[in-house]
Amino acid sequence: MTAPLAEMKNVSIAFGGVRAVDNVSIELHAGEVVGLLGHNGAGKSTLIKMLSGAYKMDSGEIWIEGNKATINSPRDSRDYNIETIYQTLALADNLDAASNLFLGRELTTSFGFVDDSQMEAETRKIMARLNPNFKKLKEPVSALSGGQRQSVAIARAVYFNAKILIMDEPTAALGVHETAMVAELIGELKKQGLGIFLISHDTREMMELCDRVSVMKNGQMVGTERVEDVTEDDILSMIILGKNPKEAA
Amino acid sequence: MSDTPNAQKRPFLKSLEIDTRLLGMIGAFLLVCIVFNLLTDGRFLTPRNIFNLTIQTVSVAIMATGMVFVIVTRHIDLSVGALLATCTAVMGMTQTAWLPEIFGMELGHPLIPWITIAVGLITGAVIGGLQGWLIGYQAIPAFIVTLGGLLIWRNVGWHLTDGATIGPLDQTFILFGGISGTMGATWSWVIGIAATAASLLALWSGRRNKQKHGFPVKPAWAEALMMGLVAAAILGFIAILNAYTVPDRVIARNPSLYGCETAEGCVAAYGLPYSVLVLIAVAIIMTVIALRTRLGRYIFATGGNPDAAELSGINTRLLTVKIFAMVGVLSAIAGVVASARLGYHTNDIGTLDELRVIAAAVIGGTALSGGLGTIYGAIIGALIMQSLQSGMAMVGVDAPYQNIVVGAVLVLAVWIDIQYRKRVGAK
Repeated sequence: MTAPLAEMKNVSIAFGGVRAVDNVSIELHAGEVVGLLGHNGAGKSTLIKMLSGAYKMDSGEIWIEGNKATINSPRDSRDYNIETIYQTLALADNLDAASNLFLGRELTTSFGFVDDSQMEAETRKIMARLNPNFKKLKEPVSALSGGQRQSVAIARAVYFNAKILIMDEPTAALGVHETAMVAELIGELKKQGLGIFLISHDTREMMELCDRVSVMKNGQMVGTERVEDVTEDDILSMIILGKNPKEAA
Repeated sequence: MSDTPNAQKRPFLKSLEIDTRLLGMIGAFLLVCIVFNLLTDGRFLTPRNIFNLTIQTVSVAIMATGMVFVIVTRHIDLSVGALLATCTAVMGMTQTAWLPEIFGMELGHPLIPWITIAVGLITGAVIGGLQGWLIGYQAIPAFIVTLGGLLIWRNVGWHLTDGATIGPLDQTFILFGGISGTMGATWSWVIGIAATAASLLALWSGRRNKQKHGFPVKPAWAEALMMGLVAAAILGFIAILNAYTVPDRVIARNPSLYGCETAEGCVAAYGLPYSVLVLIAVAIIMTVIALRTRLGRYIFATGGNPDAAELSGINTRLLTVKIFAMVGVLSAIAGVVASARLGYHTNDIGTLDELRVIAAAVIGGTALSGGLGTIYGAIIGALIMQSLQSGMAMVGVDAPYQNIVVGAVLVLAVWIDIQYRKRVGAK
């Protein structure tokens, strides 16, 4: 068996005495979507932020494609081809779509100046693929709708050829039509061999999109199951009770 | 959709793609000028007064360009006036005492002014960087650090000079002061024509670049009109400065300085002051940083959303150090201009400049909530402030009333800006 694309081993982090993530292990394979479920404050986002470099773990190890990885900053994480779509989208509202898409990785001219025209052209290209209705390229992203903002955040992750994609509640702010578009995109990226961590509250949606789901409660991992082996009720009871019904049985 | 893509139906201003806020600021500035011109029976808009207004604005305008970056990243710098004083104290002591006494350079040695300026700029960068480090890495609010700095640096300046006025300053050094250092008519025209050519070339290559990528460009007539306006503005400014001629009694003192053998019938123009050239250079460099470099992009991104900037891998703490170091350098440059204009370093140089600089940036459209601001806006803001102040002085308004008006205008300007943004629906 090939090494997992990403593996987090016995990861812990505490904030002022609160163990937000307590000895959690999780792995992700190429072409796989792993869903993370749990109540608010269960530690899902915190776990994932250690992989994306936003938080530094207190203990534990991260392995990327069979090699031990050191991730101390978002930049490190990007160097391992990990891209993250944050729940808050992490967009600079005062800048336009192209500036946000390339934020931190601007294209430059041979003189070292940022090449806005080139970036705008690239943005037009990728937007034509992801969201053909997207036309407001010159306006600050604060002037965009929720769905359009989401497309900018997704475009940012997709453009840079991620191997590992982290999506923290990608559909929370979206309408029905846009949610379907995101689902379609996840399927397409999966086919391309990306590994995707997906965080959501919507159990039904997760059953459709994911290959495996992991449930967390109070910073600990309750269990990880293949979606075809469990029912939606099993998952719900894992979320609510914090116990894996299959282990109890 | 109300705005159809049909180019012919687009409103005039939209075709020109001029920022309406820039237009508003220029309009406000012209209004101030015209009102004072009427109140002073035409004395306000004379070449002489415009020349003076320009050189009086330079010092504050230079610092205001840096203040834009500070305010854009949601910080504030209350120490620029005090920092300016420390820099001029260091520069005053370097040229009059330290270099001659410790290094044995004779007064008037050709290297003295340049070493002095270098020492001043380094002092500004180090102090600014130190404040930036306390703000960025130690997370002390900028308001507190620079409020402390306001008290500290003004009095470090006092300590260095024992409170004495330092001067006279080096003859080359004071060329940066304004009227004491101008280029004369011919060179002013050379610079003006070169600047016009460069601006037109920039506009043209910008258009070419857009066409290359297949982006929409403005109609040709609009582009031509813009080029015409830019050329008229630059050359008109040079013409006005060149129209201010050196008074006869000044020429009479030393006609050879002005290329005449005798004072009889000798006419010489002051032309473009070096200090204004410094401001223009600073404005260009700061604008390029703001719009064309990663540094500038990160400054605005951090101002718009600090968390997003950090998650994008931007080192926002180091960025803070860089911004405050930049303001330090600009305060030192402003210090060169301010002390050269006086011919001395005085103890109270730059007093209350921090408030003028912040006001200039804010009148120029920099939002205290962060993420928004322009370099040209800050410079126009400084010009508006200075016009108000000198205009009122010319009309004979007493100093306390002048401050009441300036204060009210500051609040009014921000209120108008907020209303405008509400209208257009921008944040």
